[in-house]
Amino acid sequence: MALLEVKGLRAKVGDKEILKGVDLTVNRGEVHAIMGPNGSGKSTLANVLAGRLNYEVLGGQVLYEGKDLLAMKPELRAREGLFLAFQYPVEIPGVGNAYFLKSALNSIRRHRGQEELDAMDFMGIVTEKMKLLGLDEAFLGRSLNDGFSGGEKKRNEIFQMAVLEPRLAILDETDSGLDIDALKIVASGVNTMRAKDRAIVVVTHYQRILNYIVPDFVHVLVNGRIVKSGGRELALELEKRGYGWVEESAVS
Amino acid sequence: MPDADPREPYRSDFDRLERELFAGDPPWLMKTRRDAFAKFGALGFPTLKHEMWKYTNVAPLARTRFTPAAEIPGNGLAPEKLDPVVFGKFEGSELVFVNGRFSRALSSIRSLPQGVGVMSLADALREDPRAVEPFLARTAPVDANPFTALNTAFLQDGAFIHVPEGKVVEDPIHLLFVSTAQPQPAVAYPRNLIVLEAGGQLTVTESYAGLDGGVYLTNAVTEAVVGENAALDHYKLQREGERASHIATLEIEQARASTVSDTSIALGGALVRNEVNQRFLAEGGELSMNGLFSVTGTQHTDTHTRIEHLTPHCTSRELYKGILDGRARGVFYGNIIVHKGAQKTNAVQTNKNLLLSREALVDSIPGLQILANDVKCRHGSTTGQIDEDSVFYLRSRGIDSDTARSILTYAFAREIIDLIRVPAMRATLGVLLLSRLPNSEAVREAL
Repeated sequence: MALLEVKGLRAKVGDKEILKGVDLTVNRGEVHAIMGPNGSGKSTLANVLAGRLNYEVLGGQVLYEGKDLLAMKPELRAREGLFLAFQYPVEIPGVGNAYFLKSALNSIRRHRGQEELDAMDFMGIVTEKMKLLGLDEAFLGRSLNDGFSGGEKKRNEIFQMAVLEPRLAILDETDSGLDIDALKIVASGVNTMRAKDRAIVVVTHYQRILNYIVPDFVHVLVNGRIVKSGGRELALELEKRGYGWVEESAVS
Repeated sequence: MPDADPREPYRSDFDRLERELFAGDPPWLMKTRRDAFAKFGALGFPTLKHEMWKYTNVAPLARTRFTPAAEIPGNGLAPEKLDPVVFGKFEGSELVFVNGRFSRALSSIRSLPQGVGVMSLADALREDPRAVEPFLARTAPVDANPFTALNTAFLQDGAFIHVPEGKVVEDPIHLLFVSTAQPQPAVAYPRNLIVLEAGGQLTVTESYAGLDGGVYLTNAVTEAVVGENAALDHYKLQREGERASHIATLEIEQARASTVSDTSIALGGALVRNEVNQRFLAEGGELSMNGLFSVTGTQHTDTHTRIEHLTPHCTSRELYKGILDGRARGVFYGNIIVHKGAQKTNAVQTNKNLLLSREALVDSIPGLQILANDVKCRHGSTTGQIDEDSVFYLRSRGIDSDTARSILTYAFAREIIDLIRVPAMRATLGVLLLSRLPNSEAVREAL
C-alpha cells in the first residue's frame, strides 16, 4: 500500500479553483519534489493535505496509509504522522517553544498508545535534535517563532519535524528566504530524517534546495495539475529552461 | 409617583453612622467625611449622560438598598474559609479585612524594617491620627467621582502603610478584602493609604474576593503617595463574587524621580468599574500601568485610567488587555494628558482585546491630550478574535482545536501575568486563568 495516494484532487480557495485534478503516489522511503511556477497550486496542495480550513475540496480522494485523509481533522492527521513545514510559520507570543513542542509530541505519543514523556526525557530528545539544526538552548525558552528571523523560523520547522518524527513530511517552500548557509543546515537536517519508513515531499519553486535534498522523483505542477513527472534530472532541466516549455507542452 | 431619591438612604445611613460609629473620630476626619458626603449629595449617582460613565450603567446599584457593612455585627471567620482566596506560598505580611473591617485574628504581620508602619487604617486613626492626617483624602478628589465621595464619607477601615525615608520593605504586603454573604445586600468602603517617603521601596498586592456568592457592593479607594526616588510596585487582583459589584479607584501621586508599577487584574463581579488615576508632580518619574480584565457570562467591567504628565521628563507605559467571552461587556477608557510645559514626555498607551464569542463586546477608547510640543507619545488599540492561522498551526502539530484555543487565550493574557513580580500572586493568577479555560490540563502542559 502506498503511503499517500492522491487521486483527481480538486480544491478551491475563495471562488477560485486552484487544484484541478492532482494525481500523486508517494511510497515510504521516497523523496518527492513538487515544482511549479507561482500560482500553480503547490502550496495549496501542501495545505489541503495538512487540512487547512479555508481550502475547500471539490472532488477527488486522498488516501493516507489507506485511510481517507480528507475526513480527518488537522490534529488527527498530525497524530497519524503527517507533518507540514510551513512556508510562513506563525509567530505565537506567550507560547514557549519547548513546552509547545513537548505538548505536541505527547499528543502524538498518546495517540500512538505510547507513554508520555516527562520534561527530562523530552530534553534528552530535544538536545540532540537541536544540535542537528545548529540551535542553541536559549531557543527553547523563546516564544514560538516570536521575533525569529526567517532562517530561524525555517530551522524551527525542521527541528519540530525532527522531534515529531512524522511518516510523511511535506516541506512547503522551506527554501524560500534562506541564504546558502541556512539552506545547507536545513537540508542536512532533512537528510538525516530520510528513512525507509518515511516519505518526504519537497514543495519548491527553485531547483536549488534539490542540490542538497536529492529527490527520487520530480513532479511539475502547472495550473492545478501535475503535467510532468520524472527523476532528478527533470529539476535540472527546469532550472535550465524555465517552466515555459513544460507549460507549453502541457497545453498541447 | 416619582422614583425615590437614591441618595436618601445614604443620607440616613450617614447621619446614623456619624452619631454612632464615627462619634470618637478626630474633628478633621469628621469634616472630611461631611464635605465628602455633601459632594456626593451634589453629584448624585452618575448616569449614562455623564461622559465618564456613558458605557456603564450604575442605575441598578443606585436602586439597591445596600446596608453599610460596618453595621454588620462580628467578623469572626474560620481561617480555612480563606483558603480558596489566599495566595499559596506567599512570603510576606497579610492584612485581612472581612466585609471591610480589619480582622486581627486572620492577619499576620511579619517583621518589618524599623519605622515602617503596616496596620489597619482604623487602628492608625485611633492610635496615631496625626500620622494619617497629612495624607488621607489628599490624593483622591471627591469632586470628580461620586463613589469616591461616598467612600470618603463612609471610610473607616482599610490598610495604612507608611514607609519612612530610605526604608526598603523587601517582602510584599498583601491586603485581602473578603466579603461574606449577608441577609441583606451590604456595601463595604475599604480605604487604603500607602505613603512612601523619599527613597522608600514597597510592594503591595490588593485582593478583593467574594467568599459565598452574595449580593454586595465593594466601593474601594486606595491612595498612593510616592515620594522622591521612591519605588512602589502595586498589584490588584479582583475576584469578587458573581453577583457582586465592585467600584474602585486607585489614585497615585508621584514625586521627583519616583517609580511606580501598577498591574490590575479584574476577573470577578457582575458590575465592575476600576479607575486608576495618576499624576506626575515632578520631573523624572516613571510609571508602568497595566491590567487585564477577563470576563464572561453577563459580566460588565469598565476600566478608566488617567495619566497626567504635569511636569517634564517623565515616562509612562500603559498596557491593558481584555478577554471577553459569553455576553460580557468590557470598557477600556484611557486618557493621557500631557500638560503645557511637560516637555520630553514619553508616553505609550496600548489596549488589546480578545473576543471569544460573537455576543461579547468591548468599547475601547484610548486617548491622548497633548498640550506640550516636544514629546514622544503614541497610543494604539486593537480588538479581535483568536487568530485562525495560529489555531491551525497548533492543530497541525497534533494539538486539538479546543486546547489550541485555550493555549492562545492564555498566551494573550501571559504578557500581563509575566509583569507580576510577586511569585505567589503570579502563580495564583495563572491557575485562576487556566481553570477558566477548556482543557486546562493540556494547556498547562503547553505553557
